[in-house]
Amino acid sequence: MKKTMIKKVVSMAAIVMTAGIFAGCSTAKTTTKGNQTTGNTIKIGVNMELSGAAAGYGNSQKQGIQLAAAEINKDGGINVNGKKKKIKLIIRDNKTSTNTSASVAAQLVNNDKVAAIVGPATTNAGTAEIPNITKAAVPSVSPSATDPAYTLQKSGKVQPYVFRACYQNNFQGSTAAKFMTNTLKAKRVAVYADNSSDYGTGLAKAFKKAYTGKVVDSQFFTAGDKDFNAVLTSFKSKKIDAIYAPGYYNELGLIIKQARQAGINVPIVGSDGMADPKLAQIAGDQNASKIYYTTPFSDDVAKDNPTAVKFMNKYKARYHQDAPTFSALAYDSVYMIKTAIENEKSADSVKIAKGLANIKDFDGVTGKITMNKNHDPEKPIAIEQLTKGKVSNSFDIK
Amino acid sequence: METFFQQIINGLSLGSIYALLALGYTMVYGIIKLINFAHGDIYMLGAFWGYYVINVWHFNFISALLSAMLVGAASGVIIEYFAYRPLRRSPRITALITAIGVSFLLENGMSYLFSSNTRDFPQIIKQVNYHIGGVLISNIQILILVTACVLMVLLQLIIKKTKMGRAMRAVSVDPDAAELVGININWTISFTFALGSALAGAAGVLIGLYYNSIDPLMGMTPGIKAFVAAVLGGIGSVPGASVGGFIIGILETFVQSIGLSAYKDAVVYFVLIVILLILPAGIFGKNTKEKV
Repeated sequence: MKKTMIKKVVSMAAIVMTAGIFAGCSTAKTTTKGNQTTGNTIKIGVNMELSGAAAGYGNSQKQGIQLAAAEINKDGGINVNGKKKKIKLIIRDNKTSTNTSASVAAQLVNNDKVAAIVGPATTNAGTAEIPNITKAAVPSVSPSATDPAYTLQKSGKVQPYVFRACYQNNFQGSTAAKFMTNTLKAKRVAVYADNSSDYGTGLAKAFKKAYTGKVVDSQFFTAGDKDFNAVLTSFKSKKIDAIYAPGYYNELGLIIKQARQAGINVPIVGSDGMADPKLAQIAGDQNASKIYYTTPFSDDVAKDNPTAVKFMNKYKARYHQDAPTFSALAYDSVYMIKTAIENEKSADSVKIAKGLANIKDFDGVTGKITMNKNHDPEKPIAIEQLTKGKVSNSFDIK
Repeated sequence: METFFQQIINGLSLGSIYALLALGYTMVYGIIKLINFAHGDIYMLGAFWGYYVINVWHFNFISALLSAMLVGAASGVIIEYFAYRPLRRSPRITALITAIGVSFLLENGMSYLFSSNTRDFPQIIKQVNYHIGGVLISNIQILILVTACVLMVLLQLIIKKTKMGRAMRAVSVDPDAAELVGININWTISFTFALGSALAGAAGVLIGLYYNSIDPLMGMTPGIKAFVAAVLGGIGSVPGASVGGFIIGILETFVQSIGLSAYKDAVVYFVLIVILLILPAGIFGKNTKEKV
């Protein structure tokens, strides 16, 4: 009985698989490459971390994406060769899992037939998505995948359909290293990095490579950790001038709080994952002094940027909170796709990819963006300083 | 040397949280042989309850702690009634999988209802640091340590000295025989869940106050580490869970202080494997021979 069952299942599977292979052949031959946009809407897929470990970032990004789409639709939509087409968002949760991200991407490009994808937020989920979107020739813009290799193939050639809206790690890490030496005059630095993502480890690596002083200690924490006292106590005994701590605000807020309470008053320098009002809330305003971080989106810089001012006001009106960096990056990602469609005068996925690769002097919330040949955006970088939980100064780093 | 004592303090305050959580695991295991994986999430519920009542109803610390214990107890009883009681006669693996399911339900349910953002816990007690011989200790660390110890002693008294405690011990030895002598099994098991979950609720508020950061997934890692602590101390043994919690806390701290911070979780799980291999009954566990 059991045997026949197994046989049945196997033969069924074989039939389904063969059917699948043939189906694949026929579609590949009959249609042209990529997803065409027909009708009056442009479908944009969102492959995002809405639950699981990175849900905090994913949900901020979702808000940025929805704000951008609502704004564009209110103005009538995207101008595709003289005809205005509205955006239809198809939002799917990848649960912060690489497997789910790959299947969500397949669903978006094959079933939903989206013209472009925004997301995922993390490098890991983003990398998992690449084979499926490349096969379908649909471009994706990740708001926050920072690993230098994310947009590159193994051979070093650029991935034709993979783009991002954020800096890559090497740029941010080396900027922080320069800042340490030139501005803070720090000679002995401890590195304390988030090792649960490529973001933290990548930045730590880039920092150590570029930093000319002495790295006296290098330690790691994991996303979700709450207790950092042990490592901070050992830092305290090592006479350091500063701490470089690349990671996200959830943990960094706690690190700052616990460091200050343990009597460590040296500057703490971090990355754009810290650029969130929540950082000071978690750390406590009285503890958040002598805190520096590299960011594309500083309130100070943003004041001179009308796009950013508009974004921050609208964000506050819609969600009743200050816009975090992740929302700003996601918002820019949607507008980058819009610009690509308008420049190419077409909302077909292959054309959008071409348009994204050619983006030049795009006026984003996070600065003027030009896409370089590795699909990394080139935009200005700033370092913000917090004093008593408020941004007190910002440095332009050349 | 100062650094060494400072690390001991760090380890003790971390360990007291693990100990409070481990007690819940060990009690439930002792009485119905179920590893209640949802236990870490009750701790999360306690923290969110504390966050809510302090912010909205302006409770002070003591009333927030006590009400979180009540809420923890109530949610423990509800979970037991709906998820585990119908499965009491099913194979153990069924109940275990259900426990994991309940844990996922609580984590993702809370993320869905209240968003997965990290929140800052209201600081109702102002932190004061004391310097004692070069070692820094804060009033909140002392508070956590004292509260944890008081609750553990109280628990021990309930189990050893009260009628209900005697019933719990009886059910844990032999449920059928206990029922024959007139012990209400359902009531006893509910009580055990209430007691263990109340401790988790208290731990939630203490952690919120200490670290100032709560989120719906906060119970996951501490829950698993507390489970390791319970196994280390001998699952089913109440003093064992307390000692196990402190050992795990201090171990984790020392692993980090010697520069192996990247492996701190790995070391804890390695301890679990070693314990299971060489001392499966744990430090205080009874090594009962199984009769065939």
